[in-house]
Amino acid sequence: MSETVKFTIDGKEFTAPKGQYIVDAAADNGVYIPVLCHMRDLTPSGSCRICTVKVNGRHMAACTTPVEEDMAIENSSDELLDIRKAIVEMLFVEGNHFCPSCEKSGTCDLQALGYKYQMMVPRFPYAFERRELEASTPKIFLEKNRCIFCKRCVRLIKDDQGRNIFAFKGRGKTLEINMDKKLATHMSEESAMKAMEICPVGAILRKEVGFVEPIGTRKYDNKPIGSDIEINHQ
Amino acid sequence: MSKPIVATASLAGCFGCHMSILDIDDRILQLIELVEFNKSPINDIKTFTKQCDIGIIEGGCCNTENIHVLKDFRKNCKILISLGECAIMGGLPAMRNGIPVKECLEEAYLDGPTVGQNTERIMPNDPELPIILDKVYPLHEIVKIDYYLPGCAPRADLIWNAVVALVTGDEMKLPYELIKFD
Repeated sequence: MSETVKFTIDGKEFTAPKGQYIVDAAADNGVYIPVLCHMRDLTPSGSCRICTVKVNGRHMAACTTPVEEDMAIENSSDELLDIRKAIVEMLFVEGNHFCPSCEKSGTCDLQALGYKYQMMVPRFPYAFERRELEASTPKIFLEKNRCIFCKRCVRLIKDDQGRNIFAFKGRGKTLEINMDKKLATHMSEESAMKAMEICPVGAILRKEVGFVEPIGTRKYDNKPIGSDIEINHQ
Repeated sequence: MSKPIVATASLAGCFGCHMSILDIDDRILQLIELVEFNKSPINDIKTFTKQCDIGIIEGGCCNTENIHVLKDFRKNCKILISLGECAIMGGLPAMRNGIPVKECLEEAYLDGPTVGQNTERIMPNDPELPIILDKVYPLHEIVKIDYYLPGCAPRADLIWNAVVALVTGDEMKLPYELIKFD
């Protein structure tokens, strides 16, 4: 048995194995902390900051900070909710997110967070940058307009020899997601579907399967994001 | 007390949001008890005949005429509501925003695969036509907007709840199912 530690989230006491990241420890205890870049068991990236919590009074990313004994974690103060809402809004204005025409609409994590935080309009001005759609490989589209730079595909999707299919190019304002067209052409069916599923937005899409699920029955049409974590543990 | 007065308009939109207003079904009978309509495509009143309380606008601003109408609404309405994705963020018309206008017009009128015979290579240039803007603007980047109702189209219940809340002064009901961006 590994060592367990006691900690609190919003004043409630919980336990978790020492060293587990706050976001996973919270989920195991039925507390939802929103994520976009984080995936359990994947080396954390800490890039989106949507999981920002307050640990002993300081802002920390819950996906890169391990739980420790007597940690006091704040997860649902008005201040934190506003920070998270602001991050969602920033992501919406930074890319070109036209939800009505997106195949991922209804199952998109970014959109679902917009619903959760009741984003009626972003507080920031829209950037409307020109970005390209890469559609030349047989199995997948890479829609750069929608990428939020979570790096999930870069970290997780490899070919059978362990080579990266996706990579970042550029820095700062010119940063963009790219794919190796040769490797992407030979992607397995399983790998192509996985790439679409792990993308939290509609940047990676499997061709020929769009709009399968009708409006009204999609993942986030009736249930807010995170409700599966909260329901399973209450 | 006289009834609150409502005006509506569709700018660079598809009229889907107005269809969604009609989607309140038989509550439209309650609506005409609650409010009076002024300038609106629903009753075909073309110009403001009095000061209005609520202006509901669908669609973003893609040309000079849209801006003119929007400013007219701001002048004549106490409260302005952005209705739907196009009004809030430009919507599908704003997909051209990253592309220079010249390129868009050339594709539409000269070089596009669906362009028929345009041997003289003419682009629409009648002085009566409003001038197309460099990009499609969300309404709140042109005038002050008071409330936003997202959706494509916004659900009829969302529009109904908003109008009822404004007229009665009660807090608006916002169940999860009603805030959608598609």
